[in-house]
Amino acid sequence: MAILKPILYILVYPGLIFLMVYSTFCEWYDRKLYARLQNRIGPLHTGRSGILQPVADIIKLFAKEDIVPEKADKAMFTALPIFALAIVCTAALYLPVWHYTEAASFISFPGDLIVVAYLLTLPTLIFFLAGWHSTNYFSAIGGVRVLTMLFGYEIPLLLALLSPAVLADSWRLLEIARFFQNKPLLMLVNVIGFVIALIALQAKLERVPFDIPHAETEIIGGQFTEYSGKKLAFFRLLGDIEMVVGAGLISAVFLGGFPGGLLPGLAWFIIKTLFVISLLAAMRAATSRIRIDQMIHFSWRWLAPLAVLQLFIVIIIKGMVS
Amino acid sequence: MEYKVALGPQHPALHEPISIRMTLDGEIIRDADLKLGYNHRGIEKLAESRTYIQNLYLTERICGICSFSHQTCYTQGVEKLMELVPARRGLYIRTLVCELERVHSHLLWLGVAGQEAGFESFFMYTWRDREVVMDILDWISGNRVHYSMNTFGGVRRDIDELQKKKILDSLGLLKSRTEYYLNLAASEPTFLGRLAGVGKLSKETAIALCAVGPTLRASGVPMDVRKDDPYAVYDEVPFEVCTADSCDVLGRAVVRVKELIQSYLIIEFLLKNLPEGPIKVKAPRKVKENEVYSRYEAPRGENVHYIKSNGSDKPERLKVRAPTLANYAATIAMLKNGFIADIPLIFAAIDPCICCAERLVQLDSARNGESRVLTFSQLRAMANQRYKNVNFKKKDIAWPF
Repeated sequence: MAILKPILYILVYPGLIFLMVYSTFCEWYDRKLYARLQNRIGPLHTGRSGILQPVADIIKLFAKEDIVPEKADKAMFTALPIFALAIVCTAALYLPVWHYTEAASFISFPGDLIVVAYLLTLPTLIFFLAGWHSTNYFSAIGGVRVLTMLFGYEIPLLLALLSPAVLADSWRLLEIARFFQNKPLLMLVNVIGFVIALIALQAKLERVPFDIPHAETEIIGGQFTEYSGKKLAFFRLLGDIEMVVGAGLISAVFLGGFPGGLLPGLAWFIIKTLFVISLLAAMRAATSRIRIDQMIHFSWRWLAPLAVLQLFIVIIIKGMVS
Repeated sequence: MEYKVALGPQHPALHEPISIRMTLDGEIIRDADLKLGYNHRGIEKLAESRTYIQNLYLTERICGICSFSHQTCYTQGVEKLMELVPARRGLYIRTLVCELERVHSHLLWLGVAGQEAGFESFFMYTWRDREVVMDILDWISGNRVHYSMNTFGGVRRDIDELQKKKILDSLGLLKSRTEYYLNLAASEPTFLGRLAGVGKLSKETAIALCAVGPTLRASGVPMDVRKDDPYAVYDEVPFEVCTADSCDVLGRAVVRVKELIQSYLIIEFLLKNLPEGPIKVKAPRKVKENEVYSRYEAPRGENVHYIKSNGSDKPERLKVRAPTLANYAATIAMLKNGFIADIPLIFAAIDPCICCAERLVQLDSARNGESRVLTFSQLRAMANQRYKNVNFKKKDIAWPF
């Protein structure tokens, strides 16, 4: 039994199978909501209300011809999407979904917040490498934009994630979540941080208004221009899973996690991540894409100072509470 | 490091083939050039072999958006050649369709601007509202795109009281929506940030480079054929020429939205003052020898047709200068020293209609004055010869980084 549980954890919930199913569902939800906000219908024909459309898209991409550019480094070009997908799936394991164990183990230990943040940063680096190794001007521009944007949103995101950790006096996701479950009112202290984390997550996911690296009217597909077939499918799946993990991380840190064992925990996970995804979809529908210089300007002028302010507020409140 | 990138002829931001050759320095465009000629259709040559009546429906097909502009420009030119005075009711209905077309074209442009800026919601909303005016056009002409309303001496279809009432009802909705877009464009920070200060074109440069239409008016030059050289019944209709002083893409958007509001007023005036009487007068089949230069204010700017007649029932020469062609020089000036991110916006801001502007030019060699005309098979032989000599081995494909 002791071995079975980690295997279940990795393969079933919240591991691969759950992630694949739930991330495609989340993509459908996001697309449908985005479409309704724009006065469209959205996916309709594949499955009930088009719920299988993301799965159909991925199956279609898997069946497509897979082209590697002549001048590209073939091994690197092929390995990058797989690595990125593996990294994001690994990050999902650290979400405190099951309350698996109170004692430190390979999935929950003091400091796992930093590990998740780190694992979520790696795909960005891989996007850059993918753009660079595509040997295409548009990919190269996209890759450089990915890195430039990283300098904008990464530090505000980390600062925003740290403020609840400071309040809860722990860098362990499980303990941060439990702290806010016991004192739900203290969640209100982190409103600014929550908003910053949402905006930074939107930038990390490269969605409007931050879809600058693959702005299709400017640089075609950006870092993904040369990718096709299975490799592109991996990148798409990666985007969906990153959205789920990012939303899960924000729910765990800011919204009190997923209490109540397996089934209530699952219900909480779905409710809270869908709530975060709804906010992201609304942000996507209400804004237009901004320029890379405007993005950096916005991050350092507004996000970073506000994140520092949030940290100060947290420190003051912590002094008052204890 | 500077490097050269070709944007197009196939590119997601371009709806028609054109190539923008850029010299980039990081994200900044140091130099730009346009390469045309991917979409030549030989319409001018075709017009010479058709009768004046047949050409009505050919000129309409020069453009899919401003189809009525080209048709009206041609019709008015031929009417001048025929020395024909069109029926007044016909002229009112013609002007009405002109303005309805301007409304649908400007709403379409707003959506395109939203899409190029990555603001998809704006695109979806404006195009949904555009359906209202498309339905009106469908209802009074029977077609959504090529209305075929014009004929020499008037129009082909009349408007009845029920149609009048329906158009006036729909205008209320369009007016409120347009005001909402004006507020949105002026208050949504991300959209405003993308449009303001982009693609600067000073008043002097705009005049020097012969820009036309909203591009020129956004640089503060109140030039509009409808006011300067009134055709149809524009001399009887009260309206303002809309301008902006910001000289950027935002200005061009504001000019278009203001023109929309002016168009609604014009449509209202025309419907309320529609005179009684016939909608057309009888026109002759043959046109005596003469030439004419016809001007028309299309939604995109001044549209010009030159028609030369030779006494038969076919024109000897039809020359079309679409407004897009006049704006290309200004586009290159606007692109220089801009960001890559602004290319689609700057380019879309002239509302390009590439296939309208494609014309054949035969150049004489500057050295010996010779000119050369190649047939299609000769061209193919040249292409085969060229690619036979190119070595496509992997090591020869350059990747500069």
